[in-house]
Order: sequence, then structure tokens, then C-alpha cells
Amino acid sequence: MRGLLPFLASRLLRAAIALWLVSTVVFVVMRLSGDPVPLLLPSDAPASEFARVRAELGLDRSLPVQYAVFLGHVMHGDFGQSLHFRQPAIRVVADYLPATFELGLAAFALALLVALPIGIVSAVKRNSVLDQATMGLALVGQSAPTFFIGILLILIVSLNLGLLPTSGREGWQSLVLPALTLGAFAMASIARLTRSAVLEVLRADYIRTARAKGVTEALVVVKHTLKNAAVPIVTITGLQFGTLLGGAVVTETVFAWPGIGRLAIQSIYNRDYPVVQCTVFISAVLFIVINFVIDLIYGLLDPRVRSG
Amino acid sequence: MASSILASARAEPAPPSRARRTRGLAIGGAVFVALLIVAALAAPVIAPADPIRQSLRGRLAAPTLSGADGRAHLLGTDHLGRDVFSRVIYGARVSLLVGFAAVIVGGLVGATLGLLAGFRGGWTDSMIMTLADAQLAFPFILLAIGIIAVLGPSFPTLIVVIGLSGWVTYARVLRSQVLVLRSREFVDAIHALGGSVARVIARHVLPNVLSSLVVIATLELARAIVLEATLSFLGLGVQPPTPSWGGMVHEGREYLDSAWWISTAPGIVLMLTSIVVSRTGDWLRDLLDPTLRGE
Repeated sequence: MRGLLPFLASRLLRAAIALWLVSTVVFVVMRLSGDPVPLLLPSDAPASEFARVRAELGLDRSLPVQYAVFLGHVMHGDFGQSLHFRQPAIRVVADYLPATFELGLAAFALALLVALPIGIVSAVKRNSVLDQATMGLALVGQSAPTFFIGILLILIVSLNLGLLPTSGREGWQSLVLPALTLGAFAMASIARLTRSAVLEVLRADYIRTARAKGVTEALVVVKHTLKNAAVPIVTITGLQFGTLLGGAVVTETVFAWPGIGRLAIQSIYNRDYPVVQCTVFISAVLFIVINFVIDLIYGLLDPRVRSG
Repeated sequence: MASSILASARAEPAPPSRARRTRGLAIGGAVFVALLIVAALAAPVIAPADPIRQSLRGRLAAPTLSGADGRAHLLGTDHLGRDVFSRVIYGARVSLLVGFAAVIVGGLVGATLGLLAGFRGGWTDSMIMTLADAQLAFPFILLAIGIIAVLGPSFPTLIVVIGLSGWVTYARVLRSQVLVLRSREFVDAIHALGGSVARVIARHVLPNVLSSLVVIATLELARAIVLEATLSFLGLGVQPPTPSWGGMVHEGREYLDSAWWISTAPGIVLMLTSIVVSRTGDWLRDLLDPTLRGE
């Protein structure tokens, strides 16, 4: 286990710096946005009222003090009151979080379920029609904009074929298209990398030996290849999970899925800045925590990573 | 690890039939990009109609050669009776303008910080590289949304935000090139002879990384175009009535059932652009700079 502790410490430090940077950017952007007080008070309120609210929000203090107070609040999960929902911003975000988790997990599961078999079959039947067709589709999936994949799915599957609902969150049917949209990029990446990983192993000497011994092709693939191709596949799969979060904003907006991504966009339209800031911050925390855990698992699995 | 897998997958020798097809695709892609650039530059000449002129009588017309107004609408009209074909052409302007400008912003910031990190070393280097790591550890679109939400959407904000989202790769490449050169004796000799840092950069650093920079810039262009379209789709990018592909897909969403062409026409052009530009980047990488594979 040599080197695991320093590796862990450096990753922890990096995660902490990333979180600090995010909160600082949130603070700077908030200050740039100007005085929030006119948003809170009726325009005919007396000047004394403005001064009172400013003092209440701590806006009359110097910038460094405001920054320190802000960081303290952030550490306690206090992002202020939502102007739209009339309750603490953090509670609003917590209400919308489960839907995003549900969508993210479904997208991830679907991506794996589709991508792994395709990647394996493409590698084994290399250069077949199936291989070329699926890998071509994977290239499209990797570069097509997420929102347009969603629109196309709605147009074809929901409107033309009438198979699945276009939006909302009722039953598993409404989960399929958003999960497919959100998972498309990960699906394409995992399929391509699985294919590469399996191809790599299929070229190895021990596979040739197994074949020479007369082991059947099916057994070669299942027993010898998959076990050895698993480590890179697991890693890359894990990395994809983190990037799903960013795509949730777009997917949730396209399908009116009531998660934090859509909440963020709607809060922008409502000028509900406390909720916007809270969403950005909570997403950042989730993203950083997920990446940290993945790094950690990978560091445990593969000691070579620790030096890097 | 990931990079070695990617590299080996790409390095497989392709069968001759595939090589021929690859060349065909490359030519097709080049033609597409050329058409796009011409469309963007000469939009007022090519576009059959004013992209923002509305027509209540000609609303939601399907693609036709002789519309209600006696004109051809190759890609139909939208909910305000505007010609979709003309809007797609003008949309190319927005996409390419924001895309190229963002690539320049990202490239300049990344190059400056990368050179600074490489030449200064020490604390400057650690700070810049930590910043780079931190930015990569975060889905930038969320930050972009937060910033644009507060500052308000405008072309300069859009370009700066999209540009800054992509500075890290440039910085890394330039920094490592500087580090390689700094250990060479001839760089010391130039200093001893009174040569300036600027001279070292211009004569020795840039020529060595030029092909890498071209590859990165191409891949960044694809990313910038998609990010602009995504932000415009969310209502945070280019504002109506200026036609942008992402904004058009958004506007057509409500009419998918009755007038599918409003969303699909700009969407398909956007998708093709993204695929062609990013494939060109991959192809340039294999051609010019195999060391970048998997980054």
C-alpha cells in the first residue's frame, strides 16, 4: 500500500481547492450582479428601509468581511432565502435532488447495459457490418449536442411512434427518453473504449495460447478476455459518471424533468439568485465528491495511478 | 491508462476499403466546412429572405417551393413566418463567430498562462496548474450558467465564458514545451548572448507546438460551437431575434408536433458541424501530432 496516503492527501487537497475556487467564483459573480436589495423591496420603500435590509444582509460591511461571512455561511449550507419559494434555498435544492439522482442512475445503468455488449461484440466481430454501424453511431453519439439528441428522440419516439411520453416524471415510461438522452455520450464513450480494451486483450499472448489449446471462442471471450479488460472499463465508466451531472441541466430542461438542473434554469428566469448559487455549489460538491471517490477506488485498484 | 487504450485503438491498421472511405469522408467534411464558411461570410447574398422579417400569413409553412407569399421556403417557415433556410444560414454566422472568437480567447489566455507557468516555475507554476486542475474537476457548464445568469447574456460575455472554459489544454502543452526547452543548453546560450524571452518563445517554443495548437484549436472549435448552441437553447446564449442554431431548436420545440422542420433543420446542421469539426480534429491529431492522442 505504499504511496496510498500521499495520493489520498493530494486528491483531497485538490478537491478542497476546487470547492474553495467554486465558492469564490460564486461570491464574485454575486457581487458583480449588483445590489440585490431592490429585488427584495417594493420600489416605493423608504430609504431607511433599504438601509435596514442592506445592514441585515451584511452588505454595508467591507468586501473582505462579506467574503469571510459568505464562506462561513456556505460551510453551513446557508445560501439565504429563495425569493421564489419563500424557504431556505438549500431546502429547495434538496427537494429537487432525488429526481436528478434517479435520472442520473437510470442514464448510467442504461448506458452500461447497452454499451458493454455492443463494445464486446464489436471487438470480437471486428470490421463486421455490426461493428462499423455501431461504432459509427457511437462517433455520432459522442459529438452530437445532448439537447438535440433529446429533441430527436421526442420527435421520433414520442410524437411519430407514440411510444413514450414527451415530458414529466410519472412512471418508468417517462424515465426512458431522458435517461437515453443523458446517457448517450457516456454510452458512446463506454462502447468505444470497451471495444478498444477487449481488442487489446484479444491480441495478448495468453489468448493465443488459450486458442491454441483448443479452448472454444466463447470461453476465450467470457473467461479470459472480459476479466482482463474489466479494469480500464470500470475506470472509464466511473469517470463518465461525473460528467453526467453537467448534462443533467440540458436533459432536464428538454424533458421538463423536475431535478436540480431544470431548477437552476428556472431560477435564473425567476431571478432567484440564492437558488441558482446553491444549485451551482451543490452540483460542484457532488461532482467533486464523485470524482474523488472514483480516484480513490482507482488508486486502490491500480497502484500505478498514485504516482501520476 | 485511458490514453494508451485510445492510442492503440486508433493505431490499428485500417483495411484498404476503410482507408478509401475515410478519404471520402474527409473530402465530404472539407466541402461541408467550406460551404459553412461561405454561408457565414456571404449570408446576405445567399439567404433568400431576411432572417428576422416576420409574416403572419406565412406562419408554420412546410418546406415548399411556392409558399403562400409566392416565395420558395426550402426549409419551411417558423412560428413567426420567418424563412428557416435563411435563418439557418445566418445562424452559421453566429456559430462560427462565437466559436472562433472563443477559441482565440481561450488560446490567448491558455498560451499566456502556460508560458508564464513554464518560464517562471515555482509558485506561479503551481498556482496556475492548480487552477487548471480545479477547473477540470468541475462541470464548467454549471459555472457558465451561473455567470451568464447574473451578468446577462451578450456576445462578449458568451465569448469570454466559452473561451475561458477551454484554456487548460493550451496551457499544458505550452508549459511542457517550455520545460523541455529550458533544460537545453542553447536556451541558456541565447540568454547569455542577450536574447530575450520573447525571442525564445517566437523562435523556439511556438514552432515546436504549432501542430499541437492547431489540433487543440480544432477540437476546441467543435466544443465551443456546441456550448454556444447549448447555452442559446437554454435561453442563456444569443438572444432573439438574432438567429442562432441552438435558439432555433428551442423556438421550434413547441411546434415539434405540427412543424418539425423548425427545430430539426438547424439541429441537423449543428450536429453535422459538430461531427465534422471534431472528426477533423481527430484526423489532424493522427496526422500531425500522435503524442496528443487520448488527451
